[in-house]
Amino acid sequence: MAEILKRNKALSVNPLKASQPLGASLAFLGINKAIPMLHGSQGCSAFGKVFFVRHFREPIPLQTTAMDQVSTVMNADENVIEGLRAVCEKSNPALIGLPTTGLSETQGTDIKRLVKDFYAKHPEYAHIPVVPVNTPDFTGCLESGYALAVKAILETILQPSNKVGKRKKQINVLAGSFLTPGDIEHIKELIEAFGLRPLVLPDIADSLDGHLTEMESSPVTVGGTPVGDISSMGESIATLVLGNSMFDAADFLKEQTQVPDYRFDCLMGLEAMDSFVFALTEVSGKPVPEKIERQRAQLQDAMVDSHFMLGFARVAVAADADLLYGFSRLLTEMGCELVSAVAPARANILNHVFAEQVAIGDLEDLEVSAKRNAAQLIISNSHAVETARRLGIPVLRAGFPQYDLLGGYQRQWVGYRGTRQTLFDLANMLVEHGHLEPEPYVSNYALRTGESRATPAANKTH
Amino acid sequence: MQAKDIAELLNEPACTHNTKSKSGCARPKPGATAGGCSFDGAQIALLPIADVAHIVHGPIACAGSSWDNRGTRSSGPTLFRIGMTTDLTEQDVIMGRGEKRLFHAIKQAVDSYSPKAVFVYNTCVPALTGDDVSAVCKAAAEKCGVPVVPVDCAGFYGTKNLGNRIAGEAMFKYVVGTAEPVAVPAEAQRPGITVHDVNLIGEYNIAGEFWNVLPLFDELGLRILCTLSGDARFHDVQTMHRGEANMVVCAKALLNVARKLETEYKIPFFEGSFYGVTDTSMAFRDFARLLKDPALTERTEALIVREEAKINAALDPWREKLRGKRVLLYTGGVKSWSIVSALQDLGMVVVATGTNKSTEEDKARIREIMGDKTKMITDGSPKALLGAVKEYQADILIAGGRNMYTALKARIPFLDINQEREFGYEGYSGMIELARQLALTLQSPVWQSVRKPAPWAKSSAPGVELGA
Repeated sequence: MAEILKRNKALSVNPLKASQPLGASLAFLGINKAIPMLHGSQGCSAFGKVFFVRHFREPIPLQTTAMDQVSTVMNADENVIEGLRAVCEKSNPALIGLPTTGLSETQGTDIKRLVKDFYAKHPEYAHIPVVPVNTPDFTGCLESGYALAVKAILETILQPSNKVGKRKKQINVLAGSFLTPGDIEHIKELIEAFGLRPLVLPDIADSLDGHLTEMESSPVTVGGTPVGDISSMGESIATLVLGNSMFDAADFLKEQTQVPDYRFDCLMGLEAMDSFVFALTEVSGKPVPEKIERQRAQLQDAMVDSHFMLGFARVAVAADADLLYGFSRLLTEMGCELVSAVAPARANILNHVFAEQVAIGDLEDLEVSAKRNAAQLIISNSHAVETARRLGIPVLRAGFPQYDLLGGYQRQWVGYRGTRQTLFDLANMLVEHGHLEPEPYVSNYALRTGESRATPAANKTH
Repeated sequence: MQAKDIAELLNEPACTHNTKSKSGCARPKPGATAGGCSFDGAQIALLPIADVAHIVHGPIACAGSSWDNRGTRSSGPTLFRIGMTTDLTEQDVIMGRGEKRLFHAIKQAVDSYSPKAVFVYNTCVPALTGDDVSAVCKAAAEKCGVPVVPVDCAGFYGTKNLGNRIAGEAMFKYVVGTAEPVAVPAEAQRPGITVHDVNLIGEYNIAGEFWNVLPLFDELGLRILCTLSGDARFHDVQTMHRGEANMVVCAKALLNVARKLETEYKIPFFEGSFYGVTDTSMAFRDFARLLKDPALTERTEALIVREEAKINAALDPWREKLRGKRVLLYTGGVKSWSIVSALQDLGMVVVATGTNKSTEEDKARIREIMGDKTKMITDGSPKALLGAVKEYQADILIAGGRNMYTALKARIPFLDINQEREFGYEGYSGMIELARQLALTLQSPVWQSVRKPAPWAKSSAPGVELGA
């Protein structure tokens, strides 16, 4: 059980945290033909849009209620109603996400009432679900905002039901924010390998996987969980809940529908994946396919091969709670030491992170403790690249944002196969940047000044 | 190279087993042979000489499969890391153009990289077609104004061990004694300390491990003229004949160099090792003994007391993790005993050791260190090794890289002790790294993970269950 160190300084330096409204927006971006509209000033959306555009290298639909000085001081209710009307009229979305921001929350908006007011005023748009969610950026982080939005989607769309298993092959997946499009793609393949049909909420693998389409442009998301499917979640045979942050949403889903669920804190590492695959055999009643057994054996081989480099390796990780927990478990499984663990905000799972301490803080906290504890490698987002450079150690990019790496958004971390690649990458980084060898020493008695490294002489041809 | 020259090289008077059956120099058996050829042995022995252009004369297989085999380290030039080969083509072989190509290759190497010298390694095909490599080397040296040394080491001449000797022979014949060492720089002189010149033979600076030891030589006032060949320079080799004492480090193969330096230049030598606390101290004592300098003896003893106290304190936490763990050692020749003392220093039990490539003398040393009841293993096949691990209830297999995957596939902890390894274990401080690597693999949680059956599996756990 890790000791949680509270934030203990006034200034956050090199922030690790991405805000709740961003997380909520990401969840809505995983719904088909949807568009999130942040209730805040136009900057709240503009920054968020750039954040995701750079990470995913995709156009990102994201609107704003555009609160200005007058509406901020007087009343911004009309901004919401007008904004919803304009989006409905212009884009005819299948769903509108309506996360609040620090600005609108401080002002004291009642976002749920505003949605009712909107439908009262514009009954012609009653068929378009609007999902309000309170996500002030002064609490939580991307992960919690995402989880709140997923729960809000269920609350808005899902009716209470008692039809468990009416769709015999359908299995729900509540996908946490630590999963990349590549991860979700793999999870869907695994489920399909057992003859089941996955219904993933939200499905950013279908909307943000980066593929060229016939459509040249779209004001709403292209791909993602179809809104119509969400109401059928009560008819599935089971729910797989991926990520501790999704457990609240899972509680609600179970309460409403009685669909039994299987919960997983992480999907990295042999042990975690074994329990996931085992759950799939139970739900499907089918044996583990040969292909998956093979991937498992390949991971085992990689574990054995890489343990020479990873054993006793001192690693620093800064990430949202679920991702941090997942890495801590994988690293411990490999005999590494997690010598510096930083999360941007509190979460239940942090108590279970495999480290002596987990600091709630920023990348400066990571830098200080990584240096103090002689970390050899950092796992964090692109902002940590500079941190790692100052410390003279390598960095493995994971989490949000990854703006200096092509394809980071689609990297597969989970599964036997994803884990294997992670182990290879970590081991290679340690070998390449390893300082385990003795420093070169030149004897006091040796006269070896002016020695040069070998480079071919210029302008010599034969 | 003629048959009588090979026979001459195989006759090594300094080897105590020379009159007995030469098990270490036995002819390879078709279909049942592991280990490298003479070219391999010669190249390994000399490649670490850092400022030399090493040209492999032959078709691509010889250099192509072996260049930049990055075990050894240099503190300066990196020329030795650049792979060079004549890469002979079918036309070269048929038309007899190998010699011409070699000549131009040497010239190109000199023009492009300005090496201090060029070494030319002859291989099977040009040896068979009869290229006169030494004549080409001589002509090229005259043309380029740089020493060009032929190393006639075609693979079919014999084993890797023979290749080591060929390399030593080439150094002795063409390089040693061709230059004088410069005087010890005045600023390096310290009052009351007479600087003695020494050589290390068969020290390869794997993973930079010799840098663990070198500062202590400086402290004692021992100037190393040459380490043959880790982090060496061509000039170092030229001056070896001026050494006052030589140490043969863990490698019988270059014993011929030490012997010839003794007979021709009256330089005494001893055999030793820098693996383990005991052996490292012993090596320094042997230098003091051969150099007959009372002040040096005094400094040496003081240094040993200090270093042993320091390292023993640092090793204590590791000893707790390693004490009583059972080791199966399977390595070639001298390593079969030189590493034993290091393991014993750590409180480990060596339950058996491989002696396939060991000489009679190696075996005697093993008995001396480990007692008469020591199990000696001669069959190094994967099946036999795994059987031995099980039979002797070993917790870990220590062997060369080629056996690594035998162990890992059977889910058995492993330590690589060969020249391709990535960690240096020499000297007092190297013991920490050795202990760390041993504990790392022994304690790794992966073994439990990979031995445990899948939750859905009905059969029992795979792999070999160990006594640990």
